[in-house]
Amino acid sequence: MAADAGLTRFYRLLSAAAVVGGLVLLWLVWRPATVSIPANVVVTAADTAGFRGYPLGAESAPVEIVEYADYQCPACQDFELVQFPDVKKQLIETGRVRWVYRDYPLDNPHPFARLAAHSAACADDQGRFWPQHALIYSGQGEWSVERDASGTFHDYAERNGLDLAKYDECMQSARHAGRIQASYEIGSRLGVNSTPTFLIGGRLYAGRQSSDALKQLVDSLAPVAAPAP
Amino acid sequence: MTRRMGAAALSLAGILVSAYLFLYKRGAIGTLACGDGGCETVQLSTYSAFLGVDVALIGLLGYAALLGVSLLGLQPAWQGRRTVGTLLTVLSGAGAGFAAYLTYLELFVIHAICRWCVASAVIITLIFVLALLDRRRSTQP
Repeated sequence: MAADAGLTRFYRLLSAAAVVGGLVLLWLVWRPATVSIPANVVVTAADTAGFRGYPLGAESAPVEIVEYADYQCPACQDFELVQFPDVKKQLIETGRVRWVYRDYPLDNPHPFARLAAHSAACADDQGRFWPQHALIYSGQGEWSVERDASGTFHDYAERNGLDLAKYDECMQSARHAGRIQASYEIGSRLGVNSTPTFLIGGRLYAGRQSSDALKQLVDSLAPVAAPAP
Repeated sequence: MTRRMGAAALSLAGILVSAYLFLYKRGAIGTLACGDGGCETVQLSTYSAFLGVDVALIGLLGYAALLGVSLLGLQPAWQGRRTVGTLLTVLSGAGAGFAAYLTYLELFVIHAICRWCVASAVIITLIFVLALLDRRRSTQP
């Protein structure tokens, strides 16, 4: 009889522990995203002061290409993975083009675009923008389908060798939200309405461009000097 | 009976730990509460899957089986029967062996320690000890 009572009490305790544990797991799954980057921020002068995008290449390059892109946009990923390595090798590293990456997050179809942009901005604080940028684009298929991509971006930050305490503080503070929104607003004013869009020589080129097309365009804007006879 | 209760309670703890790691692996819970980056390093390594199956899922199924056997062993018809102890010993022995292999990988191959994996290794080892004691004390075949 006493054994039965003990067993009943044990079942109750075990059931209670199972319910509590299950509820904790459910809470972990359904809790609000740990970090969110607001879109409705008022852009201040400090957000744009001294910031014109993330540059790559020589300042003295004769042509500047500004890319407006969204980290969650598949066409942007395609450009980044397929075309950009050639562009980098043929145009940027040769000193012919100065590349500038600017954020143009399309929040409606791409809920993590702004978070991804902020993760890259926080990496930029530690001088590691481009490696974070590459990790985010190459992992797009992974984090795009998650409920909360901030954990994956945190993993990329770790893989990128960032000081994680500083990175976490940067993400929690959402301090670059204004900078991202400023890039978006500047792009919209220029006429950007899709991604990727490239601003080259004062003209906008919408859609994914091939490295060959970009090279031809750069050739037309800044012909390579013919070798002296 | 106390040993089987202990095995059941520990199996439930193992289920919760494995479910936590499995949900992380599936991208459902963001970051792991780990203290350092060791858990993520281990969970994102190629060793977090065994024969194409997530190690956390293997743990989840294993602990569920142990919980089922432990609870079965608490039923009047099965109390005192050695079969339950034997089954618990075989299952938890295999689990403890697998946990030892994973701990070896953490220490000497991945060079990172996942605290939740260590917790699971301790849990399965305790279940194994309880299962051995249960088997020894059981009087009926």
